[in-house]
Amino acid sequence: MTAEMYWLPIIFMALMGVAILAYAILDGYDLGVGILLPLNNESQRDTMIASIGPFWDANETWLVLAVGLLLIAFPSAHSAVLYHLYIPAVIMLIGLIMRGVAFDFRAKVAADYKYAWDCTFKAGSLITTLAQGYMLGLYVMGFRTDLEAQLFTLLSCFGVTAAYSLIGSAWLIMKTEGELQKRAIRWARTALKITFVGIIAVCIVNPIVNQGVFDKWFVYPRVMFVLLIPIVTLNLFVFLYFLLNRLPRVNDSYSWVPFVGVTGIFILSFIGLGFSFYPYIVPWNVTIWEAASAPESLKFILVGALIVVPTILMYTIFAYRIFRGKATELKYY
Amino acid sequence: MLDTLMLSRIQFATNISFHILFPSITIAMCWILFYFKCRYDFSKNPVWMRAYRFWVKIFALTFALGVVSGITMSFQFGTNWPGFMERVGNIAGPLLGYEVLTAFFLEATFLGIMLFGIRRVPSRIHTLATLLVAIGTTLSAFWIIALNSWMQTPAGFEMREGVAFPLDWWAIIFNPSFPYRLMHVLLASGLTAGFLVAGISAYRILKGDKKRAPYIALKTAVFMVAILAPLQAFVGDLHGLNTFEHQPQKVAAMEGVWETEKGAPLLLFAIPDEEERKNHFEIAIPNLASLILTHKIDGEIVGLNDFVGEHPPVKPVFFGFRIMVGLGLLMILISWSAVYLFLRRKELPKSLYKVLVAMSFSGWVATLAGWYVTEIGRQPYLVSGVLKTAEAVTTVPPSNVVFSLALYAIVYSFLLWAYIHTIFLMARRSVDVEEFETADPSMTPIPDTMFEGAGSNEGMIAGGVKI
Repeated sequence: MTAEMYWLPIIFMALMGVAILAYAILDGYDLGVGILLPLNNESQRDTMIASIGPFWDANETWLVLAVGLLLIAFPSAHSAVLYHLYIPAVIMLIGLIMRGVAFDFRAKVAADYKYAWDCTFKAGSLITTLAQGYMLGLYVMGFRTDLEAQLFTLLSCFGVTAAYSLIGSAWLIMKTEGELQKRAIRWARTALKITFVGIIAVCIVNPIVNQGVFDKWFVYPRVMFVLLIPIVTLNLFVFLYFLLNRLPRVNDSYSWVPFVGVTGIFILSFIGLGFSFYPYIVPWNVTIWEAASAPESLKFILVGALIVVPTILMYTIFAYRIFRGKATELKYY
Repeated sequence: MLDTLMLSRIQFATNISFHILFPSITIAMCWILFYFKCRYDFSKNPVWMRAYRFWVKIFALTFALGVVSGITMSFQFGTNWPGFMERVGNIAGPLLGYEVLTAFFLEATFLGIMLFGIRRVPSRIHTLATLLVAIGTTLSAFWIIALNSWMQTPAGFEMREGVAFPLDWWAIIFNPSFPYRLMHVLLASGLTAGFLVAGISAYRILKGDKKRAPYIALKTAVFMVAILAPLQAFVGDLHGLNTFEHQPQKVAAMEGVWETEKGAPLLLFAIPDEEERKNHFEIAIPNLASLILTHKIDGEIVGLNDFVGEHPPVKPVFFGFRIMVGLGLLMILISWSAVYLFLRRKELPKSLYKVLVAMSFSGWVATLAGWYVTEIGRQPYLVSGVLKTAEAVTTVPPSNVVFSLALYAIVYSFLLWAYIHTIFLMARRSVDVEEFETADPSMTPIPDTMFEGAGSNEGMIAGGVKI
């Protein structure tokens, strides 16, 4: 194997990892906001949707990039994975369609339809999240479909829903004020506990059902380093638990901290999960080197990616800066 | 009984037909919005802002439908056509990748500023955001048409053990049919968006809207399509000649030519019969097809019988082509009549407004008909001469595809209804809105001077002004 044939798949796996992680964090918070949408309070719904309005579209683009990179860099893995995830992927797409269009229709129709579109938005967000949780669970279980695996995917569905609700409520704590912010803090407290239980469960189940994962983690002296991941994560949970109990503070101080903390938890969990399966792209079946595209194709797209991705990051930051501060009523008309 | 192949083809056709409706509007509409915004920036005449605000709402809705159906598209290759990526992924992957990297993020990010940033950034930055979204949508068309054209007329690659490897990216992107198809698609978008703007504006005027905004939007759109429609006929002809050179079997199906003949007639109407391999009820103009395609009165057109087993199903290609061309000619006729009246400074008759309303979505029909001609015309190949459609299909059970297809069909039909319904609803509601009733500052972009510290308010529009 030549050096480029060794390194190119690794680089693309890293890029794909960044895209998936960016998606989980960014669309995670706006899906979470969708899940939390209170059906009994219209003005809070308006504010919540306003808080994600300028961003959701670009957030979803990270999913297209992640799937795109899988397609570009590891085409055979792309078909293998989507072969197993056919039905949940379709359901996720329907969910994404529902929430994407509901977002736009709700603002443009007469008041009597608005409630129905809000329900569609909430349902679409929940369906998308559950489908993603299901897919994650199936992936971790190596696409097994026995009872044990089914139970685990169920757990994964709830775990991802809790995690998205957590990051969604953390977003709302940062972007809103007053009653809604207090409500978001209560949501965050609940979601934090459920997410914690979910992550612990995955940490226990994953190495038990996957011998490969166990061997990966519990090898001396590696175990001494990699255990840092769960330890830091645990500390973040404890820190957020105490912080959330003390919010809101006067002058709204620390309202941005939960979002940063939860982002940290997302990053660490993702690294832990990625580490468990590296270098397999289809668990225990296909490695990144076996699935990789031709080097000449990878190099062609890499050149572009190295130029374009920093540009994307720059204007994404620019957009977030423009819409910084508390969410105000959405007005484009 | 339908098998996975047929079901997957129907599903892909359903998805892509639904998807293309929305980009075919947004690509050009964003340029129209950019034009409105520039006119406002230069003239400070609020009527342009008013036109912008009405159409940006419809743009946002259309864009959202394009995004969600586009995400669905990005999964279709993996879920239903694994053979496509396994065999030609080395070519298709990077082209799709560049579309995501250069176009999707650009348009999605600046769309937020374009829609919601009007009070948060200086007017010039807002105009720039509109321009960047327009560039993004056009770039997106560039890459996806590059891939589609490569599938029609592949170039710049070699096959090794059944897998395509790239040799020359320039040749891959600028493959023989690419420039023609790209121009054809961009102009089609101009016509689709133009007739939508003209039709909905005409609808508002018919409903008693006396304001300036629908009138100037109508005028802009009518002038635009009056220029683009004949240009499209010209580019379409070039595209046809290019197809004749590279995909003669497609042209044979479009023209309904069974036997190779010299001096082939142009069929205005016929019913092609693939069983008997002949046409029924022909109405023809002698020698014209040869003249158009070869520029010689007795030029030779190779017939379908020379491509047995390798040519597309004839009926859809034959009729699709006639629907597209017929609508194109109708577009020229209508837009020129309207422009003639505008130039003579005459009042447009009510009947012409009604015709424009009826033509609101004519661009959709023509675009779909055109795509069916070129895509069905590529069959039985997925990539001409390289990969047959049947070789690329998934092995998932048909029942799974039935499930997904049914879901998509239900959701899409509902959304299509909701979309059209909502556009007309928005048009009706805008009729009763007073012109510039708002001193509401949120309706007006912030003048640039405020950001330069001049503190001047002259860019602001006073309330109640009627122009």
